[in-house]
Parts: sequence; structure tokens; C-alpha cells
Amino acid sequence: MTKSNTEFTNLSDSGVNPNFDLAINKRYNLDKVFAIATWVATSFALLVLVILLIDVLTDGLGRLNWSFVTSFSSRRASSAGVLAPLVGTIWLLVITALISFPLGVGAGIFLEEYATDNWFTRLIEINIANLAAVPSIIYGLLGLQVFVRVMEPITRGRSILAGALTLSLLILPIIIITTRESLRAVPDSLRQAGFALGANRWQIIREQIFPIALPGILTGTILSLSRAIGETAPLIVVGAVGFITFLPQLSFKGLQSSFTALPIQIFDWVSRPQVEFHQNAAAGIVVLMIVLMLMNSTAIFLRNKFQQSR
Amino acid sequence: MTSNPLSNQPSNSKLWQPNRALSKSVETGVKTLFALFAFVSVITTIGIVLTLIFETVEFFQEVSIWRFLTDTQWTPLFTNQQFGIMVLISATLLTSVIAIAVALPLGLLAAICLSEYAPAKLRKWLKPALEVLAGVPTVVFGYFALFTVTPFLQTFIPGMQGFNALSAGLVLGVSIIPLVASLSEDALYSVPRSLREGAYALGSTKRETIISVVLPAALSGIVASFILAISRAIGETMILTIAAGQNPQLGFNPLVPIQTMTAYIVQVSKGDTPAGSLAYKTIFAVGMTLFLITLTLNIFSYWFVRRFREKYE
Repeated sequence: MTKSNTEFTNLSDSGVNPNFDLAINKRYNLDKVFAIATWVATSFALLVLVILLIDVLTDGLGRLNWSFVTSFSSRRASSAGVLAPLVGTIWLLVITALISFPLGVGAGIFLEEYATDNWFTRLIEINIANLAAVPSIIYGLLGLQVFVRVMEPITRGRSILAGALTLSLLILPIIIITTRESLRAVPDSLRQAGFALGANRWQIIREQIFPIALPGILTGTILSLSRAIGETAPLIVVGAVGFITFLPQLSFKGLQSSFTALPIQIFDWVSRPQVEFHQNAAAGIVVLMIVLMLMNSTAIFLRNKFQQSR
Repeated sequence: MTSNPLSNQPSNSKLWQPNRALSKSVETGVKTLFALFAFVSVITTIGIVLTLIFETVEFFQEVSIWRFLTDTQWTPLFTNQQFGIMVLISATLLTSVIAIAVALPLGLLAAICLSEYAPAKLRKWLKPALEVLAGVPTVVFGYFALFTVTPFLQTFIPGMQGFNALSAGLVLGVSIIPLVASLSEDALYSVPRSLREGAYALGSTKRETIISVVLPAALSGIVASFILAISRAIGETMILTIAAGQNPQLGFNPLVPIQTMTAYIVQVSKGDTPAGSLAYKTIFAVGMTLFLITLTLNIFSYWFVRRFREKYE
């Protein structure tokens, strides 16, 4: 009884409930601390990126010259170069794109334009979401067993083809997801206009929807390809080698030859004890980053062009 | 749509006649083909599961599951073979915990910064910049951890070895910050303005609004991004192979070389292990363990998001 009495008096004295402490200055100070913390977190991530780039550049630029790009791997660090891995990366890039683009875009079109909500589409959707979270090295194990061993008569074992097939499966879920997003962004009125003219669904997709969605699809595909190019683990499992001194022939036979790629070569050099090879690794990283940046700027260019035209 | 008055016209008509039969069969053909393409993803999953199960079963015919789970050493490549998967799991756990301790708070704070504090113009620059960080290949992060972060940490942590879990874990954490930041930011950004304004109207400050209204409202999306980050940390390979070492050892000391599940798979793949040998089968058994862990996380995330998703009109 007395307690409630004092509460009542306090309340009447100050006009506010004593259990309610406004403390506005303290709260604003906490606000400032919190805001600063979020900025620090953001700048930290970017700072690490900057340090990483500067670090790699200072280590690698001294080693980087034209002969580094045009020489094969060598046991002597000073005469080793990245020709074979660079060409191998480009091979992987092209073949992976040729396989994964039609597959991913087709699957995306089916799921977004044709599929109704039934068990089959739901199965595929859950499945794609799951696949996107499977560690890439597991894809390597899949590639090792299926493309290297089971399909040996076609791929000739640890070959460029087996590597590219593995990478294709790896990025397929991403391409499907971006294709669906691009298609979803196309207004429905266009489809209805097509139907009103008597076109069937495929004609509408081919003539109207797909051309509009294409820049978005290409952007997503290039970004996922640039991820594939940076992948190392699945290719090591499939059987990429760190020491190759030839270029694959421009034929199906060439597809069946053993292969290497920039990240593989970098890993190979990093794992050696000599410091000179570590310098080579840094220079290789610079080359890899340049390839990635070229791809990413193409994607950004496409995205900007696409956004302006709408 | 299929009923077609034009098709009853006499064939000598000058009117344009669409080839309905052809376009219809093309339509069916395309639809079937694309459905098959979509089915490739299901085949991939089946392929992964069959691949792992097939070799794992063969592995467990030679090594009992009990030994696999209880041995305290992992030496499949030596003559005295021991198969204690816990050794690799403890290492994976250690690096993942370090990485997550870095990535979750920093990633979430960065997401809050992007979504709530950064002006629209700056946000337009910050997001792509974070995407650049996300696009750096992991082999580069590995190089960075081994040759920059480790020597830097060694200057004030005595007894730290050249290969260690700490710097690998820290760099791994930095590498997944963009993933957490970007996905959480999407979740925060989609919380409707009216909720924030409601909180302001009740007298909350900006921080109080964010912590007690916006974060809970975006919880399902944030947790989904966390779980994806955890499963990325567990499955990450190159940073750990390069910077954490190849030394299977039970324990949680972050300053000594260790070997994670993924690093072991790389180690065996790099050597000349003949297909069909016991060592060859171990990488599938380890892969199966890894797959089951990430699958469990995935299923949990799927359940959580469905259970706690907030829907706003």
C-alpha cells in the first residue's frame, strides 16, 4: 500500500512514471556509438579488400612482364609463366559457358514461364535452393566419379572436358536463379499483348520476353562464370595439374587433354617453399584478377546499358 | 486460344495462314526440352548423393562406423591407418567458429549501415564494392592469409606457427562478410517503412527502432543469411588448405597447424591415389560427412524461414 503511495507521489512530483526513465541523452549517445560501429564494420571489410589488393600488387607487379604471360611453367621460378593456365582458364570459360548457358536459361524459362505449381516444379525449386548451398568441393567429388571415371570413354579421364562439365553443374543453379529473376522483371502486359495477337507461349518468349530479359540473364551468367573461373577446389579434385607445358589442340582431342587453370597454378606456386615461387603466385593472382575484372566490367556495362534503355 | 476460325477457310484463300500444327508441336517440343533441362538439377543432386553413398558404403565395409566416429587419430595415408573423423571435424569446427565470430557481427553491422544509415548515393557505391570483395577467388584469400595476415599476427602472438587455424579462420571470416551483409541487407531493406515510423512515433531513437523493430521483422532473412554463411565456412576449401596446414590433429588450439575435412580431400586429390584404394574411398566418406552437415543446416534454414517469415503487404 505504501509502495503504491510513493509511486503515486513521485508520479505527481515529476509528471512521469519513475519506472520509465527517458534518459534521452544517454540513448542518443548509444545511438552514436551504434552508428559508428556500423560504419566501422563496413569500412573494415572494404579496408581489408584494399590491403589485399595493394599487398598482391606490391608482391606481384615486380614479377609481371610480357614473358611471364607468354611462358610455360618451369622448375625455375624466374623463367616460369602463366601461358598454359591462362589458356586453360579461357578454355574452361568457353566450354563451361557453352554447356551451362543453354541448360540454365532453358531451365529458367521452363520454371518461370511454363511451370505450374505442382510437385515437379516444387521439387526442382527446393532442389536448386539446396544445390546452391552445397560446398564446391562436393561438386569436385561428383565430377571425379561421374565425369572422370564413369564417362571416361568420352572425357578421357582428367581432362578439360571433365573440368568444364563439373564447373557447369556448379554454376547451373545460379544461372537458373538469375534467369528467373530477369524473366520475372518483364511486365506481364507484354505476355498478354502477345496472347491477344494469337501467339503461343513459345513465340511470345522467343520474340518478346527473352530479348528484353537477355541483358539481365547475360549479366548473371557472366558473374557466375567469373565465380567458376576463380574456383580451385573442384578442379583439383577432378584432377587439374599444376605443371603443364603445352597448349591443348583446337579440336575435340584438345578437350580430352589434361589441363590446368590460373587458380590451380597459383595454388601450386603458393604451396612451394621457395620465396621466388610465392612472387610468381602474386603475379599470377594479378593476371587472374585482371581476367575477373574484365569479365565483371562487361557484366556491369551490360547491366547499365540495360537499365538506361528501360 | 486453340479454336481457330481461319483454319476452316478454303486453302486457295489469299489470307495468311499460320501453321498452327507446326507451332504447336514446336511449343510442346520446347516445353519438354526445357523441362528436361530443369530436371538436370535434380539429376545433379541424385548424382551427388549416389556418388557419395556408393563409395562411402564401400568404405564402411572396410572400416567400421564405430572406428570412424571414435578414433582419435586420422592417418589414412600411413601404414598404421586410423580413421577418426572427429579430428577433421574438430578442425573444421575451430576454423568455422573463428570465421563466424568475424563474419556474423561485422556482416550484420555492415548490412545495417547499408540499409539504415548510408545515404542512397553512397549505398549505390558500397554494395558493388562489397560484391568485388565477394568475387575475390578464395585462393587469393589463402595467399593473403598465409603471407600477410600470419606474419602480421606473429609479431604480437608468440608461439604462433606459420600454418595456423587463427589467421585462416579470420580471413575466411572476412571472405564471407559480403555474403552476410548483402543477404541481410536485402532482408532489412524489405521491412516496410511504416513499421519504422510506428516505432519513431512511440518515441524510439533510431538505434532502438533498428534493434527492437527492424531486426526482429527481418529475422528470418537474417538467420537464413547466417546459416548460408556457416555452411560456406564449413565447406570452404582453399583458404584453409593454404593457410591452416595439412596436419590432422585433435584439439582446438588455433595457433598450430590443423587439417580440415576439405583440406584433406584436396591433399588426397593432389597425390596419386589410385581409384578404388581405401585412401580414395576416404575422401568420399569425408565428403559425405561434409555434405550431411551442410544439408542439415540447409534443412534447418528452410524450416526456420518458413516458420518465422513475416509477411507484409
